[in-house]
Amino acid sequence: MAPRKSAASAGRRAGASKSAKSRSGKSAKPAIGTEIAEFDKEQELGVYREMLLIRRFEEKAGQLYGMGFIGGFCHLYIGQEAVITGIQHAMRDGDQLITGYRDHGHMLAAGMTARGVMAELTGRQSGYSRGKGGSMHMFSFEKNFFGGHGIVGAQVPLGTGLAFANRYRDNGNVSIAFYGDGASNQGQVYESFNMAELWELPVVYVVENNRYAMGTAVSRASAQTDFSQRGVSFNIPGYQVDGMDVRAVFAAAEAALEHARSGNGPIILEMLTYRYRGHSMSDPAKYRSKDEVQKMRSEHDPIEQVKVRLLEKGWASEDELKAIDKSVRDIVADSAEFAQTDPEPDPSELYTDILA
Amino acid sequence: MPIDILMPALSPTMEEGTLAKWLKHEGDSVTSGDVIAEIETDKATMEVEAVDEGTIGKIVVPEGSEGVKVNAVIAVLLGDGETAADIGTETPAATPAPAPAEAPAPVAAEPAAAAPATAEVPSDPDIPAGTEMVPTTVREALRDAMAEEMRADDDVFVMGEEVAEYQGAYKVTQGLLDEFGARRVVDTPITEHGFAGVGVGAAMAGLKPIVEFMTFNFAMQAMDQIINSAAKTRYMSGGQMHAPVVFRGPNGAAARVAAQHSQCYASWYSHVPGLKVVMPYTAADAKGLLKAAIRDPNPIIFLENEILYGHTFDVPKLDDFVLPIGKARIHRAGNDVTIVSFGIGMTYAEQAAEELSGMGIEAEVIDLRTIRPMDLPTVIESVKKTGRLVTVEEGFPQSSVGTEIATRVMQQAFDYLDAPILTVAGKDVPMPYAANLEKLALPNVAEVVDAVKAVTYTA
Repeated sequence: MAPRKSAASAGRRAGASKSAKSRSGKSAKPAIGTEIAEFDKEQELGVYREMLLIRRFEEKAGQLYGMGFIGGFCHLYIGQEAVITGIQHAMRDGDQLITGYRDHGHMLAAGMTARGVMAELTGRQSGYSRGKGGSMHMFSFEKNFFGGHGIVGAQVPLGTGLAFANRYRDNGNVSIAFYGDGASNQGQVYESFNMAELWELPVVYVVENNRYAMGTAVSRASAQTDFSQRGVSFNIPGYQVDGMDVRAVFAAAEAALEHARSGNGPIILEMLTYRYRGHSMSDPAKYRSKDEVQKMRSEHDPIEQVKVRLLEKGWASEDELKAIDKSVRDIVADSAEFAQTDPEPDPSELYTDILA
Repeated sequence: MPIDILMPALSPTMEEGTLAKWLKHEGDSVTSGDVIAEIETDKATMEVEAVDEGTIGKIVVPEGSEGVKVNAVIAVLLGDGETAADIGTETPAATPAPAPAEAPAPVAAEPAAAAPATAEVPSDPDIPAGTEMVPTTVREALRDAMAEEMRADDDVFVMGEEVAEYQGAYKVTQGLLDEFGARRVVDTPITEHGFAGVGVGAAMAGLKPIVEFMTFNFAMQAMDQIINSAAKTRYMSGGQMHAPVVFRGPNGAAARVAAQHSQCYASWYSHVPGLKVVMPYTAADAKGLLKAAIRDPNPIIFLENEILYGHTFDVPKLDDFVLPIGKARIHRAGNDVTIVSFGIGMTYAEQAAEELSGMGIEAEVIDLRTIRPMDLPTVIESVKKTGRLVTVEEGFPQSSVGTEIATRVMQQAFDYLDAPILTVAGKDVPMPYAANLEKLALPNVAEVVDAVKAVTYTA
């Protein structure tokens, strides 16, 4: 698609002005990723509650998995809550989300109901995919959540295609494509980068670098471990962000969304984050030390950081935070109860939704 | 109310395990996320984390216990203000958790859901008497189909390698860039996996992409996006999301381009639920079916053929000539034998029928047109009349479209058969380059004639 890219402009961009543009872009404002947004009380309480909901939901999902209510693969987002929460707060109505299989947090942040997600995890009829998708394959057209994809990296071209549609319709929306440090080594990611920059598509690529692709540490799988720089050969700017600090994520996401929305093409945000749990439920996590996990939990926990600020600033008391925790637990308990009692899909569902 | 801590399942297949070690003891307080125990499964040693906050009131299963069933109560957690006295003497049974192994029971116990009856596919529209028939090449017919649909719907666009400025590697998109501009006729880099995914993503967002593969040989690079992203999305999303995309391009052997560029993918794609697979022969079918494919809300594999691009057929001059996907066409009527083919296979079938007619054997030639969903009723109706069936295709012989037809006709119309079904296909070899070997690798008219003679017991 070349509506904004006539032969003349293509020639200009092919020349030196492109790199000049990148340089001037970097020098004009503070580099993305260095800024920490100032949150007011309402924002702090909001992100606290939202991140807590994801964490409690995931803990409950882990528990239900242990009880046999959830089967198959189940990848928990615990530890990474600040990433989707900060980004979601920077999004506008109409912006689209798409991610891989560690997707429960993204769905809750997108506004999908805990009941609908949990019932899909247990394979019940009221699940978002009527029990036919499971943990890795859930969608909400209404919430602009485009999945939930089980093949590592496949969501990146798809998210680029969402951006293509935005550009085609010139609707001002931005697509946000999440993937992990593991997916960063898939060829289709670079095929997407090339087209996205070539066609100046409004897409923000978010690498959730949680340090391990299943059991393989990034340094064991990646020649270039700075994933923000993986777009360099396509002239795509990229920035590293403290993915454990929801305010840093928010600030970076705002700048990145603005970049993409203004017709500057794609941008990469590398979120430095960490997952506390194993890759999936059956991961003994022998590839890292307990101390490493414990250190992240005690020093960088995204939720604890907000809690400390709320208490220090006197924006909430311990009791008020406990009340938030209770209300979140109630939502999660309700979703778990619902997901255990909701019927399985009718056998007739076996043959529905294959073709229109 | 004390909370039971249950023996967790730590893998999709775990039914029991060994409680290797308790890391917390009676009286210890725990918060969610604390590791409380280690469990050995057949695969690994795993940690068990607390989900709730409280104090360990009682350890029910001591460490070292083997064969602890999933969902057995292994400890009891006390909340604020609760004491060991609150723990019931009989530990309440765990909630009605189905053990993983038992979980599928409800479905298995019931009669298997019957596959729905095949949806009624309408017949070809009547062509009004006096309609002008215009000799048209398949190439032009395909282009006209795309142009008409693009005029009618701004959501339709075409993307692929060399589709725009080059006017199409095989000139199928000739003139489209001039009429519709670069927004809607999009040259892509050579990046099949990537642009197939971009097309599917655009379709998920509501556009109606026509994704051209320069040839379907290169679509193997894109197989994951076609199968896992396009074909399965409607099902996996419970009907919420879908990908109305047409993947089209030349398929099968061309001439002297050897193994990597000469392969028929009809049977490959026909394997996959969630796809429709169309493979036209005539220009009229190419036009009417491509228009239908672009309008269809499902992902479509539209298999063309380079050699057929230049063949000329009559196409009715109508404002909106659309044909039904999923409907075979009786290309030539006859009573002695049924020959089923599709795409370029029809050239062998047609010539064979002509030769056979000279021998007094009148073949009914059916052009399948759509491979999935397959119009088996039309084939079976014909077989009821002729009692004999020969299939013809260029693809490899194992798991071919012909073997699929043979299986289903055998299952559904066994009593009508007067002879075994014979399948004529390409040979079971990669396509050779040498002209003589290439000719040997492809099916030919004589093989079709021989097959018909065999099933009609003609000397």
